[in-house]
Amino acid sequence: MIEVRHLRKVYTRGAEVVALKDVNVTISDGEFVAIIGLSGAGKSTFMRCLNRLVDPTSGEIVIDGQDITKLDAEGMRQVRLKIGMIFQEFNLVDRATVLDNVLMARAGYLPTGRSVRRAFSKADRDLAFHCLERVGIVDKAYQRADALSGGQRQRVGIARALAQEPRVILADEPVASLDPRTAHVVMEDLRRINDEDGITTIVNIHFLELAKAYADRIIGLAGGVVVFDGPSAEMDEPTFVKVYGTRPQRMGVAQ
Amino acid sequence: MTIINKRPTPDGDTGAGIDQVPVAAPATWPEPPSKGGGWKRTALIVAIAATYLWSFWGTEFSLVKLVKGVPEVFSFLFIRMQPPSLNIIPLALRYTLQTLQIAIVGTTLAAILSLPIGFLAAKNTTPNATAYQVTRGILNIIRTIPDLVMALIFAGAVGLGPFAGTLAVGVHSVGMLGKLYSESVEGIDPGPVEAATACGLNKTQTLFFAVLPQVIPNFIGFTLYRWEINVRAATVVGMVGGGGIGFILMENLRLFNLHDSSMILIMIYIMVQLIDFISARVRLRII
Ligand SMILES: Nc1ncnc2c1ncn2[C@@H]1O[C@H](COP(=O)(O)OP(=O)(O)OP(=O)(O)O)[C@@H](O)[C@H]1O
Ligand SMILES: [Mg+2]
Repeated sequence: MIEVRHLRKVYTRGAEVVALKDVNVTISDGEFVAIIGLSGAGKSTFMRCLNRLVDPTSGEIVIDGQDITKLDAEGMRQVRLKIGMIFQEFNLVDRATVLDNVLMARAGYLPTGRSVRRAFSKADRDLAFHCLERVGIVDKAYQRADALSGGQRQRVGIARALAQEPRVILADEPVASLDPRTAHVVMEDLRRINDEDGITTIVNIHFLELAKAYADRIIGLAGGVVVFDGPSAEMDEPTFVKVYGTRPQRMGVAQ
Repeated sequence: MTIINKRPTPDGDTGAGIDQVPVAAPATWPEPPSKGGGWKRTALIVAIAATYLWSFWGTEFSLVKLVKGVPEVFSFLFIRMQPPSLNIIPLALRYTLQTLQIAIVGTTLAAILSLPIGFLAAKNTTPNATAYQVTRGILNIIRTIPDLVMALIFAGAVGLGPFAGTLAVGVHSVGMLGKLYSESVEGIDPGPVEAATACGLNKTQTLFFAVLPQVIPNFIGFTLYRWEINVRAATVVGMVGGGGIGFILMENLRLFNLHDSSMILIMIYIMVQLIDFISARVRLRII
């Protein structure tokens, strides 16, 4: 379970920006949550606070009973092992093979010396192949990551997250760089993994349509606070106005 | 004038033709942004001209001397130095290979020294501001010392000969290689680093899994390029006592053994061409 209490994030580099004012959210194990909101609403900041790629200014983030805002670097590293992350721009090592990109997820489980010698166990390699198989690109294992299409690259990203054997997957706009059809394929992959493995899945997403189609629950952020939190089906026009500040038809976004 | 009603089509026909004018052009198009008044341009031209005059004056440049001197150069190179002597070949070959050895060991030494410096002197991988400032400072100091001076310094320390030349070439190269390495590290895509951190990798693991794969091909390319330069640098350094073919060339020039000297120059030429060729081929394949 993830409990976020009074989470606040103020960026102080340059001009002061209050990205998150006071966010309170509880996410149960196995949920599939979509986070929606306008550009600048604080979606990425919220997500990056959950694995502390961004350090919160104040507030608590309690994951399985442990307040991660209090952890030191090594403690945080241990927590991150169990949180997979998927990125809009995939964040793969282009020059490395698909397999090596996925094996990166196992490196954190090894002692430093063994990992930098790439002394992965048979079990680790089997797991990497298994994860590639689950997203349907096991035949690309020995290709360079930059030889793949956008959709395939994002599936490498998903396989890498899966190979961590995570309890939580964070996906920051995983389909924003993909065409609509590929976007659906990737969302289906995420949904299937959530159904099959019960991995808590939190997805930042621009398209309300996709959020409603794939998520159980939608959290709407606006101006650094939660303005909507409920089942996807309850997302109606007045709620839309709260989140996006305008009516659906004028946005050109399908409701 | 006939205006044919023809729209752009999806297959790439823009609809524009020789006597088709789809839209009337407005009377004026926007002017490019002004680059300041005419006097600025005049001042710039005067400044450039003055710099040139000053520099020519400083170099005692003389067309008369040039015209008189050019035939002298030709006669030196193509008459007095000809024909190249063949007797010197075995000796010259031995020392040419020594120059190559100096370049190989010197470049390797430079690469080994530059590797840690490259990461310490890069903003995104340096452990702290002090390490960054210190390594940057070292790079700047090395870059201000000419390789000939390095050769003299090391000759004083370890004696004349190829070892001094190797140290001079090696340490001098760190100025360039360290800088190129660190710039390459600063230019990496931060995405994989973020991914590695999110995966729970520690700093060392992140370096090996997200940074090194991005920079190693660049490092190899820069090192090979520096090796090409070092084959020439090792020759020059040899002339002031750093061993190798440069040393032999200097000796023969001093004694006016011009036929031997021209053979040595030919062998240097062949070596440099050969190394450039090999290095360029390898660099093409890895990048
Ligand atoms: N590293 C940073 N330094 C300073 N300000 C930042 C930083 N990252 C984000 N911000 C600011 O914080 C606010 C929230 O940004 P955030 O990236 O979380 O929004 P978002 O909802 O993810 O937007 P988008 O849909 O464009 O990705 C914005 O005003 C942004 O400019
Ligand atoms: Mg964002």
